[in-house]
Amino acid sequence: MTLAPWFAMLIAAADLGRLPVDTIVVGPGGAVPAVTVALERAKPGDVVVVTAGRYREPTLVLRTPNVTLLGRGWPVLDGEGKRAVLVVEANDVTVRGFTVTGTGVSNLEDRAGIRARNAHRCRIEGNRVYDNLWGIYLERSAECVVRNNDIRASGASQSTSGNGIHLYQSPQALIEDNRILGQRDGIYFEFSEGGLTRRNVSEENQRYGLHFMYSDSCRYDSNTFRANAAGVAVMYSRGVTIANNRFADAWGGGAYGLLLKEILGGEIRGNTFERNSTGLFLEGATRLEIRDNDFLQNGWAARVFADATENHFVGNHFRANAFDVTTNSRSANSTFDGNWWDGYRGYDLNRDGVGDVPFHPVRLFALIVEQHPASLLLLRSPTVAVLDAAERVMPMLTPEALVDKRPLIKPVRKSAANPGAERGAPR
Amino acid sequence: MNVIRLIVSAGLRDLSRSRWLIGYALGFFALAEGLFWFGGSGPQVVLSLLNIVLMVVPLVALVFGAIHVYASREFVELLLAQPVPRKPLFTGLWLGLALPLAGAFAVGAGLPFVFHGGGGAGFAALATLAVAGVVLSFIFSGIATWIAWSTDDRLRGVGLALGVWLAATVLYDGAILAATAAFGDYPLERPLLGAMILNPVDLARLVVLSQLDASALMGYTGALFNKALGTAGGAAVAGAALLAWCGVPYLMSARRFARRDF
Repeated sequence: MTLAPWFAMLIAAADLGRLPVDTIVVGPGGAVPAVTVALERAKPGDVVVVTAGRYREPTLVLRTPNVTLLGRGWPVLDGEGKRAVLVVEANDVTVRGFTVTGTGVSNLEDRAGIRARNAHRCRIEGNRVYDNLWGIYLERSAECVVRNNDIRASGASQSTSGNGIHLYQSPQALIEDNRILGQRDGIYFEFSEGGLTRRNVSEENQRYGLHFMYSDSCRYDSNTFRANAAGVAVMYSRGVTIANNRFADAWGGGAYGLLLKEILGGEIRGNTFERNSTGLFLEGATRLEIRDNDFLQNGWAARVFADATENHFVGNHFRANAFDVTTNSRSANSTFDGNWWDGYRGYDLNRDGVGDVPFHPVRLFALIVEQHPASLLLLRSPTVAVLDAAERVMPMLTPEALVDKRPLIKPVRKSAANPGAERGAPR
Repeated sequence: MNVIRLIVSAGLRDLSRSRWLIGYALGFFALAEGLFWFGGSGPQVVLSLLNIVLMVVPLVALVFGAIHVYASREFVELLLAQPVPRKPLFTGLWLGLALPLAGAFAVGAGLPFVFHGGGGAGFAALATLAVAGVVLSFIFSGIATWIAWSTDDRLRGVGLALGVWLAATVLYDGAILAATAAFGDYPLERPLLGAMILNPVDLARLVVLSQLDASALMGYTGALFNKALGTAGGAAVAGAALLAWCGVPYLMSARRFARRDF
């Protein structure tokens, strides 16, 4: 005998004891055939169960607080390509288990599959949000949870698609375990402070996998951003923590694994940057701790502009990148200390694991390319290999700007991909 | 035709016993196999091999080719004493040198990829690299033949071959780099692309790179580069340029050979 039935009874009893809760069941051919009717009838605390079927109704608007909307057997809420599908305008609402589809494209209104407007503490969990202009849109809704949703779109272009999960003035949100595919921006935070975004997979979006602006004190943990057209771009925020994420396959002229613009203070730790045109791009970023990240097989592992100041690179791995670090000037305002570089050829006499010769990650060729992009045509030319060798013999050729005085002799952890794969020709 | 076949098969028989050539093939085999052993994936092995192919293939084709032509001079003079037309004889001699060189490279560098399942995602890049190496073998053995039939002094001839190698692999790009830095204020992408076509080593490098997606990191330069070399039309242009590079040294040295007074 198991205890489960007893627990179920206890929970049911507790629920009954607390509130006169009604359960309204919606189903084709049933007592309540339309979701609209159920939403009008629902009292605070009620549960609306929608059974399997396709519901083509005018935009569903829920104005009653503390209502739980449950889909059973994946009911489909269909906008028929003409309208927004579900709008929540009350606090403490839960939406779970629906397939939401078919907002169609509009240039006049931001139609969303599920929109929470002035709806605090909403919970949007386990829905399938397919082929909508915008997926899940939180507007002035604090402390919401968006969890375990599958959001995908097949929009043809940036201008005919919206964002997967969009937050506008919605602080303290928890965004976790969602999968977003093919929207414009996967996840977009705008004026939304203090959010936690974790374990999401955002890939193959038309523009950015993750984008945030003016959203301070947010944390991004263990997400995967892969093959987004322009990678990930974050701007104009302070106190940001970006940890344990994977930024991969952002290939193209304007694509960046992670672009930071005007970010003030924060931590970038334990991330993997893999196969991006530019892994990490710092422009006007200040006082960032960039620690224990893996940069693998990027074109440029890190581009640190001179206007990025007081950033510290510590304990990062640089492996098989075409260029480790470039900068646009001979002076530098960021520091490197105790990183591991696959291009390092120094020695360690006292065996403390730290190389005795400083490492200059900005190679002469990298600097030339930064100043004269056309010279990139000479990438992997034997001449450049000769230039590298010459730099080793004549260190004055190397730009002094950026230097790692304590480069590591051995990697301190196992890199995620292709261990042992070295860059270029073995030297 | 018959003459060409006879001479080519003589050359093949001769060179297939050459320890140098066997060592050359084994060297590439060990290198590619070693790169796989140390955990490289297909595309990375291609990238690592690229630099070596660009340096070593022209070097061996030039120096080995020049030495080979000097060494076979008496044999050629003996043949010319027979009623043998010169043009087919020359074609046979050249192919008898270029084919074993290209074959040794292809077998040596290619076998490890066959063992390791085609290099997976890097197959297109690998095929391009193999073709590039073969074409470079043809081009530079042609240039070596031209040098050796134009210069009677062996030492001078080999020295000239080394000079051509240095110029094509290192000095040319160095000059380009200097020019880029000097004229950085002008839009240089198109002239540079033109300059790349004028040097077979650069051309081979860019054709292989275009298969490796490395082009994507190049911004505007990369976009232009992709358009110029990455598309079907661009690949056709690059292929035509490489073919022309095969033909020009051959025609020049064939002319030299035909008019030469032995």
